[in-house]
Amino acid sequence: MPRETLDRQIRQLQDEVLLLGSMVEQALLRSVEALRQRDVAAAQKIIRDDLAINEKRYALENAILILIATQQPMAHDLRLLAAILEVNIELERMGDYAKGNAKVVMQLGDSDIQVPMREISRMAELAVGMLHRSLSAFVAEDATLAHAIPEEDELVDALYNQTYRMLVEQMIARPEMIDHVNLLIWVIHNFERAADRVTNICERTVFIATGELFEMDTDDLEDIE
Amino acid sequence: MTETLEKQHLAIETRDMHLFYGHFRAVKDVDLQVIPQKITAIIGPSGCGKSTVLRSFNRMNDFVPSFHMEGEVLFHGQNIYATDVDPVMVRQRIGMVFQKPNPFPKSIYDNVAWGARINGFKENMDDLVEQTLRQAALWDEVKDDLRKSGLSLSGGQQQRLCIARALAVKPEIILMDEPCSALDPIATLKIEDLMRELSEQYTIIIVTHNMQQAARASDHTAFFTMDEDRAGIMVEYGETNQIFTNPRDKRTEDYITGRFG
Repeated sequence: MPRETLDRQIRQLQDEVLLLGSMVEQALLRSVEALRQRDVAAAQKIIRDDLAINEKRYALENAILILIATQQPMAHDLRLLAAILEVNIELERMGDYAKGNAKVVMQLGDSDIQVPMREISRMAELAVGMLHRSLSAFVAEDATLAHAIPEEDELVDALYNQTYRMLVEQMIARPEMIDHVNLLIWVIHNFERAADRVTNICERTVFIATGELFEMDTDDLEDIE
Repeated sequence: MTETLEKQHLAIETRDMHLFYGHFRAVKDVDLQVIPQKITAIIGPSGCGKSTVLRSFNRMNDFVPSFHMEGEVLFHGQNIYATDVDPVMVRQRIGMVFQKPNPFPKSIYDNVAWGARINGFKENMDDLVEQTLRQAALWDEVKDDLRKSGLSLSGGQQQRLCIARALAVKPEIILMDEPCSALDPIATLKIEDLMRELSEQYTIIIVTHNMQQAARASDHTAFFTMDEDRAGIMVEYGETNQIFTNPRDKRTEDYITGRFG
């Protein structure tokens, strides 16, 4: 007694998750470019495009609820659908980080602030790389890979600490720029949080594969604070 | 789960239970420990021996001439198949409700009072009938005309009447063999709510084809399937929440997700 309808719809949902993930990855990377170029028009486009991310999140949620109501999934199927609901929210929030960065670009305007682009680019590259691989692991239900990815969060956290200190030094040196430098602290915070959310996606992958729900220890900065 | 099971008194325990119809072994090697005052569901594909197992718990299979069993079914530590055990007494302590509601063609009152009368019940019969119909969540619907025929009730009411009839002889365990398969969804949910209430006092074991029902209504679930020699085997037994979210055995997973069966 195969369940072709359910299987087909689950595959479609997994594709949609990858698509949503790709939209978020693009938004995050574009927010770095907009910051590098101080491109207000590009920032405005990121903010507009976030609406599409939000819409996709709600469409996915709706599709999952319909599937649960009409197909009564059990066991692995149920865990998978519950996990997609969670991952869906994580992705949408990461989209919000890209939007937050875009807003910073607009607020900075052409201020002559020193932006630590090399560090910010590296943080973005790491976080987006982690996100990309976490979604591959999610769809493949690869618990081994899902266990390995959160370790990379340490690199992002280290870069965050390093860049944070640079920005504080800049604030001390140029008190008149405190408001603008503070905006940059938000940018690095957004990438640090994005990497943390990747860990949540990895937790859900392990949940699908094994049924175990637990928090992966990544020495989250917020815990230290 | 075995550890927690060993620490408590069991409602029913089977040991190395094999059930036969003539030379055909219908069920083999079942070691099942039923927890008291809980609802245990037995699920599995057609022909896996679910009903045969259920009927072996109160010797209903004795009525099938070719039937015989090996192993033990322990109730209060005693094998109910021992030669000195009276099967009538077993059925009084371990009652049964069947797939199709089967009230006697008598009044509602007499349906409930029947078992108690046979057992020589000497106390106030009116009180017993009322109390039992209340327990079966039927009193409010029938109290104004207890002399009406049991057969005049709706399907769901008839099934609750049969549950009341089983309760009236004060059993400890109630076996239910697909009790809702002839009922509509609303009547089904009423029976499930009733089972939940009754499980505070009684042990309930239910065989059901309806996996959603097992998931909704039971505390523990036993999954049976057929082995290569077509004998029923118990594949997995555990808490219902675990069985339906994270079964340990691939065969259970395939069955409950609808990919086999």
